[in-house]
Amino acid sequence: MDFPILTLITFVPLLGSLIVLCMPKEKERLIKQFSIAVSFIPLILSILLWVNLEKGGGIQFEELVAWIPAIRVNYHVGADGLSVPLIFLTALLTTLSLFYSSFTIKNRVKEFFFLFLLLEMGMFGVFVSLDFVLFYVFWEIGLVPMYFLIGVWGGPRREYAAIKFFIYTLVGSVAMLLAIIGIYLNTGTFDIIQAAAMRPFVENFTLGALAFWAIFLAFAIKVPMFPFHTWLPDAHVEAPTAGSVILAGILLKLGCYGFFRVLLPMFPEQFHRFAPIIAVLAVISIVYGAMVSMAQWDLKKLIAYSSVSHMGYVMLGLAAAAFAIGSKDMLTSQAIAMNGAVFQMFNHGIITGALFFLVGVIYERAHTRDLKAFGGLASKVPYYYGIMLVAGLASLGLPGLAGFWGEFFVFRGTFAIAPVYAAVGVIGIVFTAAYILWKVIQHVFLGPFNEKWANLTDMETYEKITLWPLVIFMVLFGLYPPLIVDTINAAMTRLLSGL
Amino acid sequence: MNLIGLLSPELILLATGLLVLILDMAFHGKEGRREWLPFVAIAGLIVFLIAASFLWGTHTSLLSDMMAVDSFALFFKVVAGLSTLLVILASWDYFQGKTPYEGEFYGLLVLAALAITLAAASTDLIMVYLSMEFLSIGSYILVGYLREDPKSNEGAIKYFLYGAVASGIMLYGMSLVYGVTGTTNLAQIAQVFAAGKLTGDMLWLMLPALIMLLAGFGFKIALVPFHQWSPDAYEGAPTPVTAFLSVGPKAAGFAILMRVFLAAFPAFQLDWAAVLAAISMITMTLGNVVALKQTNIKRMLAYSSIAHAGYILIGFASVALDSPSLFNGVNGVLLYLLGYLFSNVGVFVAVIAFENATGSNQIPDYAGLIKRSPWLAGTLFVLLLSLTGIPATAGFLGKFFVFAAAINVQFYVLALVGIVNAAIAAFYYLNVARYMFFVPSQEESHVAIAPALAVALGIATFATLLIGLYPQPFIEFANQSVRLLGVF
Repeated sequence: MDFPILTLITFVPLLGSLIVLCMPKEKERLIKQFSIAVSFIPLILSILLWVNLEKGGGIQFEELVAWIPAIRVNYHVGADGLSVPLIFLTALLTTLSLFYSSFTIKNRVKEFFFLFLLLEMGMFGVFVSLDFVLFYVFWEIGLVPMYFLIGVWGGPRREYAAIKFFIYTLVGSVAMLLAIIGIYLNTGTFDIIQAAAMRPFVENFTLGALAFWAIFLAFAIKVPMFPFHTWLPDAHVEAPTAGSVILAGILLKLGCYGFFRVLLPMFPEQFHRFAPIIAVLAVISIVYGAMVSMAQWDLKKLIAYSSVSHMGYVMLGLAAAAFAIGSKDMLTSQAIAMNGAVFQMFNHGIITGALFFLVGVIYERAHTRDLKAFGGLASKVPYYYGIMLVAGLASLGLPGLAGFWGEFFVFRGTFAIAPVYAAVGVIGIVFTAAYILWKVIQHVFLGPFNEKWANLTDMETYEKITLWPLVIFMVLFGLYPPLIVDTINAAMTRLLSGL
Repeated sequence: MNLIGLLSPELILLATGLLVLILDMAFHGKEGRREWLPFVAIAGLIVFLIAASFLWGTHTSLLSDMMAVDSFALFFKVVAGLSTLLVILASWDYFQGKTPYEGEFYGLLVLAALAITLAAASTDLIMVYLSMEFLSIGSYILVGYLREDPKSNEGAIKYFLYGAVASGIMLYGMSLVYGVTGTTNLAQIAQVFAAGKLTGDMLWLMLPALIMLLAGFGFKIALVPFHQWSPDAYEGAPTPVTAFLSVGPKAAGFAILMRVFLAAFPAFQLDWAAVLAAISMITMTLGNVVALKQTNIKRMLAYSSIAHAGYILIGFASVALDSPSLFNGVNGVLLYLLGYLFSNVGVFVAVIAFENATGSNQIPDYAGLIKRSPWLAGTLFVLLLSLTGIPATAGFLGKFFVFAAAINVQFYVLALVGIVNAAIAAFYYLNVARYMFFVPSQEESHVAIAPALAVALGIATFATLLIGLYPQPFIEFANQSVRLLGVF
């Protein structure tokens, strides 16, 4: 395609947000409708993008314009089988979040929709950027709207959660900035693809390792990996529903995406050398995240910690692939592990997105998220129960739903390469089943009915509309994974062949 | 070009400053006409900037090698002109009811701008000393401008006492340099060292001499440990003067520091670069850590501007003019100063607007500003982001260049301390944002902004974003301005 589809996807939300800014703040209905309409444009374009993507064709839809020629910084965007599903996920979750928020956000409406569209631009920007400076700009710009979404519309401890989120991410990103400059001074380019091909610091392992860890820090905080995860429960719990959905659904993926796009291709040698450390951290994230999840009595906090655990699978798959760099006979297992990792990213986006929406649904009614306060709601809110069951089972990895395949591929790949790590990591799956079934399903929906909730109403139409698309994808990709795996596999095979 | 042509920018500033002072006397008792004085000053500054632009690309020396006409000096003419312009716009409504002597203020401000341009062009230690004294005396008066206000007086006295000591020490250092080399001309000093004719028993004097010079320059820049005057002077001074002090004299200090050290003492670069790197780390860390605890926004900005001086110094400590890299350190300093000029003066304009409307400088009083004036809160937030160093703003570009310079010369620790500080600084800048956007206000009344302040705020915000989003012309400007007469 010749027309600048990625630029449009990225900057239509910006344009929309600027128009929202100029609207009178009393016209809340108009602002809401307009914002939702705007968010449909990137959604449709991202579907077009996926349809037109040539599988295994490497970076496509490229645009390259000089931006700051004085230091050779370009506006360079492009997409491949790794980023296209994530771009689609971003567009989908943003549209659903905006739709859901148009019913639930009551105060400072104009600011909310302005910031949300700005956030969407930042997220798209990270996924499409192929220039380091551009990448960094979008990476940091996305921080600001999220800071406000948590700080203004969040829960009781929102101010603390907002600043903690901002500072944590900032610390990581400034470290990455130094590495970016170092890579530039070493290779002479800010282009991510070119720099990766030139293997920065290939002559100096120590400097390469420094740069590696600096970038690792930025991404690991965002993922988040143990021990950099402490911002996450605060931010997720305090954020408004749509904010949690985007945080879990997309912002965590920015970190994972960075590992695939930047760190692995650029520092395969360092990645290989440090893979045991990363795998250990990943396994700790999986098991520890699941155990902490199981200890929670606040539904939202439980889901928040489950993200730490689920992102651990992504990192385990990646670390396993890095383990096997250099051993040619492992290529299939590497590819399987990486496919699983990327698939898991997408799945976690739709599943945890749905779970956070569902938390929002019950919280709007009950004004509590305390698991002990519920009980026996299955017969009272059967529709809600049904959706929660599907999302919950998808989250614990029930075969037939999307969540299964991601985890399965990750462990299938990892067992072949690093069986010990996989064996320990599998424990996480047991805990996941436990907290989903025992904590969420049993405590909320089963057991004796708590009469306090006699007046609880089932899901409204807008809530059903928000959740159905996510449920459809869970089932669709669960029953027929090639729909997405083919795209990912082509990109991963290509990535691995270049290492 | 003849002498008059080459000196025309300075002459225009001198004429404007004197004209404003004379008109102020002539209009005595005619308040209606006195309102035109800021326009006279602004017109003079615009003519000054136009005249300066004609000198683009001219490289020569004047008045028996006392002054240079070069791109470097031109850059600081632009900085002096722009910052003074913004400060005049910012002080439009400020003095009403505070002092009857408003007219003189604009005259003194224009003369201070003249002092900055002279300082940046000085190529002789005598001239360096004279222009710095000129700037200092103007600054003392400006800080103490509100005669009835004890805080203003206290600030001025402190500033004066510290300044007097600092310039005394600097002068002593200059006399040592003269004693060792037998000349006060910067280029000739460098030649003496380059020839290597000096015997060891004189050479040891150079280290104390350089440190004494640094005390004088560091005082103007407010580098730790020569910074103690600045929080009190910043807090006590009329806020437009604080805005000016945080940019103009600081820029002048950096200009002199760079020119003197690069033109006269390149032979000692290993020594002074190490000292400057250490000072830079101490300066930014102390500035940021102390700024965290401030509740008065002017005091917070005073410490934050100390921290910024530390960041800027990273660039000069990492100077490598002969490096093939694009990040030679000096261009980083210049870019940082340019962005800092707009962002910091812009923040002060917002502070002045708030002070004019509410009479308060306490950060908690900014609560709920988004409701009381969305425009003020929004622009102030963008400017604070720039000071934090978030991309798409001018502040990021400056930080990017100075950090890159440090990595370029493998000062990794310096760069690391820099980024740790950048993260610390986010706390107190975002604290202001927290009050403006998250904390509901007790007060609901609208915060009105005077037209002149709105213009200044608009210019500052626009320039901050423009430099951040389209930095190419500014980088080229800075790259050209690195050309110091006789050095590069």
